[in-house]
Amino acid sequence: MKVGIVALQGGFCEHVYMLRKLAEETGWSIEPVLVKKPSNLRGLDAVIIPGGESTTIGVVARRIGLLDELRDLLESGLPAMGTCAGATLLAKSVRDRVVGETRQPLLAVMNIEVVRNYYGRQRESFEVDLKIPVLGEKPFRGVFIRAPAITRLWGRAKGIAELDGVTVAAEEDGKLALAFHPELTGDTRIHRYFIENIKR
Amino acid sequence: MTLPPYHVGVERARLYEVGFDRIVDFFYRLAEAADRLREDGWFQYGPEKLPEYIEIPARGTLRVKYGFPVFQKGGVCMDVTNTEQAGIAEEAGAASVMVLDKLPYDVRRQGGVARMADVKVIQQVMDTVTIPVMAKVRIGHYYEAAILESIGVDMIDESEVLTPVDEKHHINKWLFKVPFVNGARNLGEALRRITEGAAMIRTKGEAGTGNVAEAVRHMKIIVKEIWSLRGMTPEERMRIAREYGVPHQLVELTARLGRLPVVNFAAGGIATPADAALMMWLGADGVFVGSGIFKSSDPRERAAAIVLATSMWDDPETVAEAQAMISEQKSMMGIDIRKLKPEELLQVRGD
Repeated sequence: MKVGIVALQGGFCEHVYMLRKLAEETGWSIEPVLVKKPSNLRGLDAVIIPGGESTTIGVVARRIGLLDELRDLLESGLPAMGTCAGATLLAKSVRDRVVGETRQPLLAVMNIEVVRNYYGRQRESFEVDLKIPVLGEKPFRGVFIRAPAITRLWGRAKGIAELDGVTVAAEEDGKLALAFHPELTGDTRIHRYFIENIKR
Repeated sequence: MTLPPYHVGVERARLYEVGFDRIVDFFYRLAEAADRLREDGWFQYGPEKLPEYIEIPARGTLRVKYGFPVFQKGGVCMDVTNTEQAGIAEEAGAASVMVLDKLPYDVRRQGGVARMADVKVIQQVMDTVTIPVMAKVRIGHYYEAAILESIGVDMIDESEVLTPVDEKHHINKWLFKVPFVNGARNLGEALRRITEGAAMIRTKGEAGTGNVAEAVRHMKIIVKEIWSLRGMTPEERMRIAREYGVPHQLVELTARLGRLPVVNFAAGGIATPADAALMMWLGADGVFVGSGIFKSSDPRERAAAIVLATSMWDDPETVAEAQAMISEQKSMMGIDIRKLKPEELLQVRGD
């Protein structure tokens, strides 16, 4: 299967690494494809939107005509995973904890509200072991870097992980939004969960 | 963070009258004094150890520090001096802003002592943009860094653009929770800064000149030196580690990766989209643009064009489009490096 990774800005190489590692562990054939132009979107089975700065990724994607094409694909059911900035871009509603309303370009395909920099700035960034029931008993190390949080969910969106009662991961019709960075830990379970859902 | 006072333990290391029967005791006391200093964090050049399972959120860990620059990759950090410029940078798609008192070009023109930016200005910028905010401190100035950490700046640039306060030592960056970026002209410098705890490296270039030549030179030197490491015998790498003054594991790691083990940006003299794309092509993970944007007469267009060219560096058509967004008539004037006197060079500060 072909998995596209939006490669305009941020930690996209890290997702490529994780997909390769997952392919090695499971024997599945996963071909990571870097998505920089609308033409790279052809024939994808899924897309990953990496962490980075959501304003940068949105602004550049809009300028090269990727934003609208990707949105159409996502609306017609292409599975997607967004980590951190990626989750922000997937959300229908976005606010910033300090600045409030942000006028940034979004994909807006998930029924969630994301608050950017929810946990504060870099100084407040942290790592902690999360309990994610869908991944089993073993805790998952969540790396939160200037992380957002999912403050409201409606429609078919449901939370799959919480930290102190706040949703940090949500799922809706094959789309996955994560406030943290599974691509920094070398633990492939979240990528595996995402790909398994597509295989079904 | 609490910084232990610099002279802690010194009064405990009193000189003793040394008789042979006392000599053992004397060395024990020296060791005690050293232990005391170590407890106070003064010889700690390395990250904290973490437990296997983290129940309570752990801040400022190695992963969090090194992770921050990872999400700057492919992006542009722009020098700004006020909230209005920061707003322009954010709208153009900058991945972060660097708050300065004066743009490097003006630092060069005005001379005098260049210091950390105004704390109030930094705080105003932090309150108006959603992207990360960085600020510069003078080389070796622990307290400027402590102040920036306490007001919540996302990254600190220990920068040769400001006037160094310590000609011999850089800050021990392991003492801080906030990640640091440092300049380097060659591999030895880069690895020394990483040993001191830098989470990110940038080429020094020659800031404030609008001339990308020095950034190119430094980037090529670093790439060349990494390539030559790969062709060496392990014992030769051991010798190089001694020459650089860094742990040999770090040299081995760099050789194995075939790149710096931290994120490496280009900086110093980048003024056009083509400059930014060139630096990306040479292997930079992203770029810092200093005077190039707000010293030009078309900052809005230029900021957006440089962001586009940095993201899409591997696609010459898009870079051409970005280059067409700006006018060469409006680029900053620029300075020929060969016309600078040796004492005017910024890159030689802090080796």
